[in-house]
Amino acid sequence: MTRRFSADVAIIGGGLVGSSAALALRLAGLSVILMDKGFCGAQASGVNYGGVRRQGRPMGQLPLSQRAHQIWPQLNALIGIDGEYQRSGHLKLARTPEDFAKLEHYAETVKSFGLDLELYTGAMAKARFPWLSGNIAGASLCPDDGQANPRLVSPAFAKAARDAGAIVLEHTAVHAAVHTNDGFALQAGADCEITCRFLINSAGAWANKIAAGFDEPAPLSRIYPSMVVTEPLAPRLPVSLGEEGGGFYCRQVTRGNYIMGGGRGYALADPDFSRPSTTAALSVMKRATTLFPHLAGAHVIRFWSGTEGQLPDNNPVIGPSGTTPGLFHAFGFCGAGFQVAPAVGAILCDLVTSGETATPIDAFSIERFRNMSSQHNEKKGTHNEMVE
Amino acid sequence: MNETASVVVVGAGPAGICAAKALVAAGLRPVVIDEGLRAGGQIYRRPLVDDGRSATDLYGSEAAKATRLHREFDALLPSIDYRPQTLVWNIADNQLHLTANGVHQRIGFQNLILTTGATDRVLPFPGWTLPGVYTLGAAQTALKAQGCTIGKRVVFLGSGPLLYLVAWQYVKAGGDVAAVLDTAPFAAKLNLLSAIRFDPRLVLTGMSYAARLVRRGVKLHYNVRPTGVDGSQHVEGLNFKSGAKTHSIACDAVAYGFALRAETQLADLAGCPFRFDDRDRTWLPATDDAGRTSCKGIYLAGDGSGIAGADAAEISGELAALAVIQDSGMAADPRRMSVLAGARRRKAKLRDILEKAFPFPQNWFDQIPGATTLCRCEEITVSSVIDTVHGNDLRELNRLKALSRAGMGRCQGRMCSAAMAEILASTQKLKLPEIGRLRAQAPIKPLPLSLHEAGS
Ligand SMILES: Cc1cc2nc3c(=O)[nH]c(=O)nc-3n(C[C@H](O)[C@H](O)[C@H](O)COP(=O)(O)OP(=O)(O)OC[C@H]3O[C@@H](n4cnc5c(N)ncnc54)[C@H](O)[C@@H]3O)c2cc1C
Repeated sequence: MTRRFSADVAIIGGGLVGSSAALALRLAGLSVILMDKGFCGAQASGVNYGGVRRQGRPMGQLPLSQRAHQIWPQLNALIGIDGEYQRSGHLKLARTPEDFAKLEHYAETVKSFGLDLELYTGAMAKARFPWLSGNIAGASLCPDDGQANPRLVSPAFAKAARDAGAIVLEHTAVHAAVHTNDGFALQAGADCEITCRFLINSAGAWANKIAAGFDEPAPLSRIYPSMVVTEPLAPRLPVSLGEEGGGFYCRQVTRGNYIMGGGRGYALADPDFSRPSTTAALSVMKRATTLFPHLAGAHVIRFWSGTEGQLPDNNPVIGPSGTTPGLFHAFGFCGAGFQVAPAVGAILCDLVTSGETATPIDAFSIERFRNMSSQHNEKKGTHNEMVE
Repeated sequence: MNETASVVVVGAGPAGICAAKALVAAGLRPVVIDEGLRAGGQIYRRPLVDDGRSATDLYGSEAAKATRLHREFDALLPSIDYRPQTLVWNIADNQLHLTANGVHQRIGFQNLILTTGATDRVLPFPGWTLPGVYTLGAAQTALKAQGCTIGKRVVFLGSGPLLYLVAWQYVKAGGDVAAVLDTAPFAAKLNLLSAIRFDPRLVLTGMSYAARLVRRGVKLHYNVRPTGVDGSQHVEGLNFKSGAKTHSIACDAVAYGFALRAETQLADLAGCPFRFDDRDRTWLPATDDAGRTSCKGIYLAGDGSGIAGADAAEISGELAALAVIQDSGMAADPRRMSVLAGARRRKAKLRDILEKAFPFPQNWFDQIPGATTLCRCEEITVSSVIDTVHGNDLRELNRLKALSRAGMGRCQGRMCSAAMAEILASTQKLKLPEIGRLRAQAPIKPLPLSLHEAGS
C-alpha cells in the first residue's frame, strides 16, 4: 500500500543541515517532511570531529559562520540539550615561520568580522599554553570558537523537528523527484509518495544525484576524514586545536578522551560506508605525541571516518536552484559544515518563507558550476582544506 | 616493502594449533600469530613461567589433550613462522595490521584462518564492577597462568559448563569455594542425559564436577538471581535469590559468566557476512561446513566462529586448513574432510543440548535495578540506556551506542554489547536479530598512542 504525504516543504537528507532547516521551518509555521535514507544525523553530521570554529574560514563564509555563532549558545532552548557545546577557544598552530605569516595575514584580513584573534609567537605560545610542546613557530587563538558533540547535537535537531511537528521518515531514501505544476512529487522508501510546494536538497555527499536530476550537476566529490580517539584522560587540553595546512587537529572532550584527526580514510565497496586509514591514523598519533608529551603511555581506543561532500573551490552550494523554482540546495561543505549547518538551516527557512535572506550567500550559488565539464569532478586530496 | 604470506593463522589455541599442523603436513609454512606469551589458547593456557605444577594439576581431566597439543605445537616451531605476543588489530585490503612491543607492522596474506576464540559473555548485576568480581575466564587465567586464585573465598556464579569446571579447578588447587550459584533451574540439567550419547566422556566428566564439589562440601544453588554485592571498596559478600528464598554468603571474590561469546571483530573488519545464531544469541560470521567464508581466502575455525568447545575447535581448525589446501589447488584428503565435517556436526548437536542444560537467563533484565552499571568503560547505567531507547524510540544497536555512549569505551562493547542487545530488544519488544549488531572498528583492542611503524 502506498503511503501518501503532502507538506509545504520536503527535505531530502536529515543531517544537521536538513534537520536544522526542518526545525526552523516548523517554528516558522510550515508543514515539513524530513526524509533520510538511514538514520538522521548518522552520516557526516553525527560522526565529525566536532569542531565549532570560525577561524580559518574563507572571508566569504564568515557572515554565514557568524550567524551560526549566534545560534550555537541557544542549543538548550532549541533542541533541549547543550550538546556539550563550549566556547573553549580554537587555537591554530603554525609549524613554520611561513605558516605563521599566513596566520598573521589571515588575522589582518578578517579583522572587521570581530573574531578577536590573538596572535602568539612561538615562545609566547608555549608560555601561554604550557601543555604544548614540539616545534611551533606561532599560533592564533580565536577565544570564542569552540567544540560540541556531533553524535548528540545532530540527531537532537531531527528529534526536535519531529517534536515540533515535522514528519520524519528514516530509512526512507528519496529515489525520484520531479517538478510539477504546483510544486514537486517525490518517491521515497518502499512505498512513499510525497507532494510538496518547496523542496530542499540537503543530501550531503549524495546530493549531486538530486541536483543532476534537475539538470544542474555540481562537481561534488567525496572525502573521508580519518579520526582517532584515545581513552579518557585527565583534563589538560583546554582548547580545540588545529594546524595551518590542516594536517592535524585535536580536542579533549568533557569525558577526557582526546579526539584527533588528520589525513583521509577510504570508502568500502558500499561507498556509504568508509574506513579510516591506518597510515593516516598513525601519523596523527605521531603528531600527537610530539605536541603533547603528556600523552606518552596513553592508549587509543578507536579509529573512524565519515563521508563528506567536497567541491573544487572549498565552498559549499547554498541557495536556490538555477533551473527549478521552489528547489533549494545546501550541500558540499568540504569538511567544515558542522559549525555553519544551523545557520544554513535558518537561511533555507528564510529562502522558503520570504525568497531572500539577509546573510550573503551569492558566492555559494550552484550556478557557479554551470557549464563546468564533468572532468572537474576529480579533485582529490591535493588541497589543504581544513577539516574541523 | 610489506611481506605477504601464503597462509596466516591468527590464534594459537586448539583451533589454530590444529590448523597450523595440517598446513605444515601439506608442506606449507604458515605464519601463526598469537596475542599470548605461550601457545595453548584459553583452555590449554600455560603458566607464564613453569612453576612445577603438572599437567594434571593444571588441566585435570584434559591433561592428556593439553600435553599432546602443546607438544604438537612445539614440534611445529621449526616449520612455522610463529609470532607470539603479537596483536592483530585491523584487517584492510588483505593485510593484517599487527603490533608487537609497541611497533606496528603489516603483513599481507593470500589465505587467512581466523581462530580468535571467545571471551566470557557478561551480564551486569548489582555490584558487578566492584573490585573482586571477575569473569570465570579471568578466574581460570589467574589460576593457570599466574598460579594464584582471585580470592581467599570465592563464589562461582552464572551458567555454562565453565561454571562447574572452574569451581572444581579452584577446589583442587586448594582454594576455598564458598558456593556455586547456577542461574538455571536444576531441572535443566536433566537435558544432559540426552547428551551422553554424543560425547559420554565429556558429559560424564562435566557431571562429575558437580558431584565432586558436593562431596567436598561446596553448596550448590540453582535458579539463582544475584541481588547485590556487599562491600564498598572490595567484595565482602554476595546476596542472591534462589527461587523465593534470599541468601547471603560471605566471600572476597566472585567469579561469574554466562557461557561464552565469540570474538568476531576481525572477521567483521575483513568484511565477512554475518548471520544470526539463535543458540548463541548473537551474530556470527557465516561459513560453510569447512569454515570458508564468502570472502575469498578467509576462513574461520574454533569458538571465534561460534561457541562449540575445545574438541570441536580442533576439528574445525584442521578442516579450515584442509579447505585452504583444497582451495589452493593442492591435494586435500576428501575422506578426512567429510569425517571431520561429520564430527563437527555431532559436536554442534551436543552444543544444542548443553545450551538447554545451561540456558541463558531469559528474564535477567526484569530484575536488574536501573542503577546497575551496564557499560563499565563509559560508566553508563541500565536505566540511562533504557531512557535513551525510550526517548528516541531506538530500534538499532549502533544508534543506541551513538546516543547512549554505551559500548564506546576501551572494550569497544566486547563486554557489554550482549547485555545491551538484550536490553534494547526486551525494552522495545523486538527479537534480537531485528536490532542489528555493533559494527567492529579498528583497533579491536586499545593501542599505545606511541605506536610507531617498524623502522621509523
Ligand atoms: C570525519 C569528519 C570530520 C569533520 N569535522 C568537522 C568539524 O570538526 N567541524 C565542522 O564544521 N565540520 C566538520 N566536518 C564536516 C561536517 O560534518 C559536514 O560538513 C556536515 O555535517 C554536513 O552536513 P549535511 O547535513 O550536509 O550532511 P550529512 O550529515 O552527511 O547529511 C546528509 C544526509 O542525507 C541523507 N541522504 C543522502 N541521500 C539521500 C536520499 N536520496 N534520500 C534520503 N536521504 C538521503 C544521508 O543519509 C545523510 O544522513 C567533518 C566531516 C567528517 C566526515
